[in-house]
Amino acid sequence: MLTVTELIGGYTREMPVLKNLTFEVARGEVFGILGPNGSGKTTLLQMMSGILPYHSGEIMLKGKRLQDYRTKDLARVIAVLPQHSTQAFSYTVKETVSLGRYAHQKGLLQSWSAEDEEVVKKVMKQTGVTQFQQIPFEQLSGGEKQRVLLAQSLAQEPEILFLDEPTNHLDLSYQKELLDLMKKWTKEKDLTVISIFHDLNLASLYCDRLLLLEKGRIQINDKPNEVLKRERIQAVYQTEIENQPHPSLPKPQLFIVPSHLAEEQEALVVNERYLETKDEWIALKAPIPLKTLSSGVTGAINGWYQTFVNRCVKRTYDCHDPLEEMIEYLSAKGFNPSETMGMMTNVDVKTAAVRFYEGNDISTFIVVTAGKGNPVNTPHIVQSERTRGPSIHTWVFVNGCLPEEAFIQSLVTATEAKLKALHDYGAETNTLGIETSKDSILLAATQRGKNIRHGESMESLGMLVSRGVYECTLLAMKNSDWKDG
Amino acid sequence: MGSSKREKILQNNRQLAYILAFAFLAVSMIVGISVGSVSVSVSELFRIIGKEVFHLPLSTEANMMFSNIVMKIRLPRVVLAGLVGASLAISGAAFQGLLRNPLADPYTLGVSSGASVGAVITLFFGFSLPGIGLFTLPLLSVLFSFLTIFSVLLFAQKVDRSMKVETIILTGVIFSSFLGAFISLMIAMTGEELRQIIGWLLGSVSMRGWSYVGIILPFFIVGAVILMLNARELNALSFGEDRAQHLGVSVKQRKLLVLIAGSLLTGAAVAVSGTIGFVGLVIPHFTRRLIGPDHKHLLPLSMIIGGGFLILADLVSRIIISPAELPIGVITALIGAPVFAMILLKRRRTERG
Repeated sequence: MLTVTELIGGYTREMPVLKNLTFEVARGEVFGILGPNGSGKTTLLQMMSGILPYHSGEIMLKGKRLQDYRTKDLARVIAVLPQHSTQAFSYTVKETVSLGRYAHQKGLLQSWSAEDEEVVKKVMKQTGVTQFQQIPFEQLSGGEKQRVLLAQSLAQEPEILFLDEPTNHLDLSYQKELLDLMKKWTKEKDLTVISIFHDLNLASLYCDRLLLLEKGRIQINDKPNEVLKRERIQAVYQTEIENQPHPSLPKPQLFIVPSHLAEEQEALVVNERYLETKDEWIALKAPIPLKTLSSGVTGAINGWYQTFVNRCVKRTYDCHDPLEEMIEYLSAKGFNPSETMGMMTNVDVKTAAVRFYEGNDISTFIVVTAGKGNPVNTPHIVQSERTRGPSIHTWVFVNGCLPEEAFIQSLVTATEAKLKALHDYGAETNTLGIETSKDSILLAATQRGKNIRHGESMESLGMLVSRGVYECTLLAMKNSDWKDG
Repeated sequence: MGSSKREKILQNNRQLAYILAFAFLAVSMIVGISVGSVSVSVSELFRIIGKEVFHLPLSTEANMMFSNIVMKIRLPRVVLAGLVGASLAISGAAFQGLLRNPLADPYTLGVSSGASVGAVITLFFGFSLPGIGLFTLPLLSVLFSFLTIFSVLLFAQKVDRSMKVETIILTGVIFSSFLGAFISLMIAMTGEELRQIIGWLLGSVSMRGWSYVGIILPFFIVGAVILMLNARELNALSFGEDRAQHLGVSVKQRKLLVLIAGSLLTGAAVAVSGTIGFVGLVIPHFTRRLIGPDHKHLLPLSMIIGGGFLILADLVSRIIISPAELPIGVITALIGAPVFAMILLKRRRTERG
């Protein structure tokens, strides 16, 4: 569809903005152009849309050189959605959209045909601006203006749509709507979309291919997964970036890390000081939110939590919506549910094993409640599934900065240690076949102090977790046994 | 509120707008011809026009004196005023659209200064080219206005190859100031021609006769046709040059066409009548308020209303201190400036409200 070969252009011949670009865009593709400010994105777009001349190289559009197109013919192939637009005079929305038909009108008098009218009506409907058609363009909000301009571009019935920062003035839902619509058109109408993005995450979600520009050169031209690598983006944009996959799509997402947070890196130690034990619950109230990976009732999976509560429920506890009940309970006890990770146990929380372990530069604080959870010997009381049987709740707090992989590693280690403890305990007390399906585990890290990225510190962490969980589990089992017995 | 409702009606009913504009022009012409030191009744007027222009077999009783007044003095004067007003108004509308500036007028680009220099030189040196005599002034004037616009465009292109409108406006301002200084210099050095020069600079359509109509008419037709054929391009250009190009407009050619056509109109108008201010600024503004910014209607309607307006202004200029005449430029400024101020004020209010 569009082929760019050895393109050099912009400013002067000696100091061009674009230095030798070669790439190709296929029909029906959503092609994203990324790059920091001043990398030449807009210059490239202007050259490809025929506004700016270039020094050397070639741009071929549908097998014909771009310069060989007459302006009017070009406008029937390419439409451009500008970043912003100001009107000197206030045309109505319909007049504005109708201008998009300019390139399709023939003859000196350029009469308005029924087809023109139909296309204008259709695109106004598609972009949701029909109800504004008699309102002056200038009176619309930024987002509405953007949609009117999109309608104008679409009225050109282009084969390629160029977008410069299409989502600039749009709120979240219109961003999604616009890009979804675009994607749909590429599928249904074989429209080709070439767009500049500042928002790397949107680019990742919607583009088939991304072209990353760095100082007027192509850094990479590939699939989003390949382009949006942490190291690459950090190097090109020269800023701290974290990346993670999208929660529901196989697309990478990037997160900037504010620098004032990086400065708050004074080490902080979570230990007994922050632990509080009451009759009904045991809670750890950390001074800062901790990065948490867990399987609790509220705040399952992962997130940042400041308070951790393990609540002892009666063995008769039965509730259809434990999550809602838990939120009510937490609120009633003065915890903030959105910052609190809640768990339930049928074990007396006073029997919890609590220990602090310290290694080189790194320490862990471990809290375990465990119990066999024997059935109550009262036939009249129905026991719920949730509170029957043995359960072990393991909390591991790490005072250090853990990468993603260390979280997983530590969880695995903790689980292994717990099983070993159970096994050894079973051998000691001749209890066999201990079920673990009601157990839950929580790993939370301060994400401050020692950065645990490399082999040695990782190993040291593993040993602390393994030993701590093993010891605490055994201790907790004995505590609750002693009590029950 | 009432006026904005009226505007809505005109915007939605373009036919009505045209009918009203033509009616305004017709009434202005009739009043312009019949009113004066010797008043000609309307029925007399129709009879004379019918006989002299359309050669209808009407009774030949028409008074020869009336016939002469109408055909030799009033009618050419009214037609000339109409053509000058129409030229200034349509080129003003086009320049405002092209330069994306509602404050632009036909004189923004220095065209009138150029034309004035031509005229003032003629008057100052008492030139009279052999063969054309009296027409030396309008001819030199048109010539100078062309020289000016081409110098402005050439210079603008030297400064900025893509000839952005900002560059063109700036260049126009520079040329205007320079030529203005030149005119002032000649005025300062002149002796007995002073009154004549000032009188010409303030503008007048009196005592020109049909020959001046002949001078402006071809320029007017060519210029107006070119401009009206570029109405849609002017609409697109109001969104900015890049946007217009993306919509398929060959911006550079169209810009040149509009500039040249507008200058043709302005140059010719200044050549036959001197510098008459405010018509090119106020009339397009007023028309835009009535029917909206679409150049397809804005250009012809501005033209019609501008013609009518200048005919009335000329009428006022010749009766207000009769038997003496005021320069028409004084009248347009006296009427135009307050009207313009009112339009601005009203626009501010509606924008806030």
